[in-house]
Amino acid sequence: MPDTTRVYLDFERPVAELESKIKDLESLSDGGEVNVADEVNKLREKAADQLKNTYEKLDAWQKTQVARHPDRPHFRDYRHALIDEFSELCGDRRFGDDRALLGGLGVFRGRSVVVLGHEKGHDTESRIEHNFGMARPEGYRKAIRLMDLAERFGLPVLTFVDTAGAYPGVGAEERGQSEAIARSTERCLTLRVPIISVITGEGGSGGAVAIASANSVIMLEHSIYSVISPEGCASILWSDTAKSKDAANAMRITARDLEALKIVDRVVAEPPGGAHRHADLMVGEVGDAIEKALKKLEKLDGDALVAQRRERFLAIGREGLN
Amino acid sequence: MSWIERAVPGLKKVPWKRETPDNLWVKCPLSGEMVFQKDVEANDWVTPAGHHMRIGPDIRFALTFDRGEYVAVETPEVARDPLKFKDDKRYVDRLKAARSKTGRDDAMAIGVGEIEGAGAVCLVQDFAFMGGSLGMAAGEAFIKAADTAVDLGLPLVAFTAAGGARMQEGALSLMQMPRTTLAVQDVRNAGLPYIVVLTDPTTGGVTASYAMLGDIHLAEPGALVGFAGQRVIEQTIREKLPEGFQRAEYLLDKGMVDRVVDRREMRPTLSSMLRVLMKTERRSVAKKANGAARPTNGAAD
Repeated sequence: MPDTTRVYLDFERPVAELESKIKDLESLSDGGEVNVADEVNKLREKAADQLKNTYEKLDAWQKTQVARHPDRPHFRDYRHALIDEFSELCGDRRFGDDRALLGGLGVFRGRSVVVLGHEKGHDTESRIEHNFGMARPEGYRKAIRLMDLAERFGLPVLTFVDTAGAYPGVGAEERGQSEAIARSTERCLTLRVPIISVITGEGGSGGAVAIASANSVIMLEHSIYSVISPEGCASILWSDTAKSKDAANAMRITARDLEALKIVDRVVAEPPGGAHRHADLMVGEVGDAIEKALKKLEKLDGDALVAQRRERFLAIGREGLN
Repeated sequence: MSWIERAVPGLKKVPWKRETPDNLWVKCPLSGEMVFQKDVEANDWVTPAGHHMRIGPDIRFALTFDRGEYVAVETPEVARDPLKFKDDKRYVDRLKAARSKTGRDDAMAIGVGEIEGAGAVCLVQDFAFMGGSLGMAAGEAFIKAADTAVDLGLPLVAFTAAGGARMQEGALSLMQMPRTTLAVQDVRNAGLPYIVVLTDPTTGGVTASYAMLGDIHLAEPGALVGFAGQRVIEQTIREKLPEGFQRAEYLLDKGMVDRVVDRREMRPTLSSMLRVLMKTERRSVAKKANGAARPTNGAAD
């Protein structure tokens, strides 16, 4: 059912028009008499085709918008659906608790795990609470703390990455944003338990790497993973943010690009119209991808996990380019 | 020096050549006064007002190593422009321009030598080469420097200077953050010191990886060091930034660096720290002090 609150992206306009027509017809038929079922079905098919065609050929800039879609499943959706007995753990034990990067204990398909993820929020209030998913040093230090905990108890770490980047603020700088990110990346790389990362929306630069330096990196089809936002790149290299589309395409930030560069191990396909149209389905597929990766990694001991991660990252860029 | 040449066969000492013309004037950004370049050069490229001018690898090696002598270690070749990146200019053209400007292949240079008798592998990032940006070449160079340190059993000293990651290499440049972090771990696992000298400017992905993972962090006075760029922060918080924000002295105050060290004190500072960490005997230079108390390397004043 097309719902009244659906947020359409610019390039979805033809779909939006069809779906609004369908709605009009349906409200007509609600009145009784007129039988519009055939017409509605035809339009539905047309809309579905349109959506499928559009989403089959999204460019990097369109994917950027899908990755940032307000209705895209966020950390809390994955956590709700995939993690049983979730106990949130808060605080870095040094300064405070960051609400942009959340974490805790839980059970993933029968296995005890530590979960970490950026949370962007889903309405104005929660977006502010979670600082739009932009973590401060406390978030990364909490991540380090929880990774320590995971290692101590032999629990795999699952991370859900969805951030425009680490927060650029005075307090964050003052408290060592760089150091916190560097240490968190380092902690990922030294872990003697499996760590699996899923880029669920935006993988924004160092703020993403800090919890995505994993044994296995999974990415949703329309997610992006980038060294800088397309807007940031456009503003620096073109001196014009209107060139964001060019920047997005030039930087090769899509899941398929990154899979080809061996930066990402597995791309999870999204349903037509993107993850936000079928959140339940999407979350389940992501769960399957994590489980598959985890089953492989569970066979490795601590040394082998560290070695696998090391080889994975050192191999990037050394082969298969040019 | 001969031990280094034996340790790294096939490599030759690079003698220090002075290349700057005699008659140039430079403006000190701190005081605004015009200074005779020759005088600044004689003062390790520090102006009379104390401004530390940006210097590239050649000068840094000359100022750091004994007699300015060192063994250059070649940096590995990498795939060029794997993304076929183009903005207003093609990335390959930007690379070409940077190469002819600096005379080097990419933004990092590695030298092995002695600092007041203490052997070290030094890595210098060249801000003049595309803002010192961390791309695949710089990442591989960092790994090479770490490998060299481990192979020779020497400490690693990194002089950082970069605007951040190299956008023209997309996520391949981003991946240099974990990759260089792995290299830092190798040095650490080998039981060798890794000292970072933060120079102006060090920001972005470089600060958020190997530049903040040192056993010891030194910074040159006034160096800009941070994660986010000042313009980005101002746009985000819509406020003017405090005076001295993200400068070396600010980082010292916030506990992010161990010492702010004047360039002219860098050699004795590094040498002393390296010798203490490596538990090696003080050689010629220190002996001159004849056992007298030398408090120069004590706490910050």
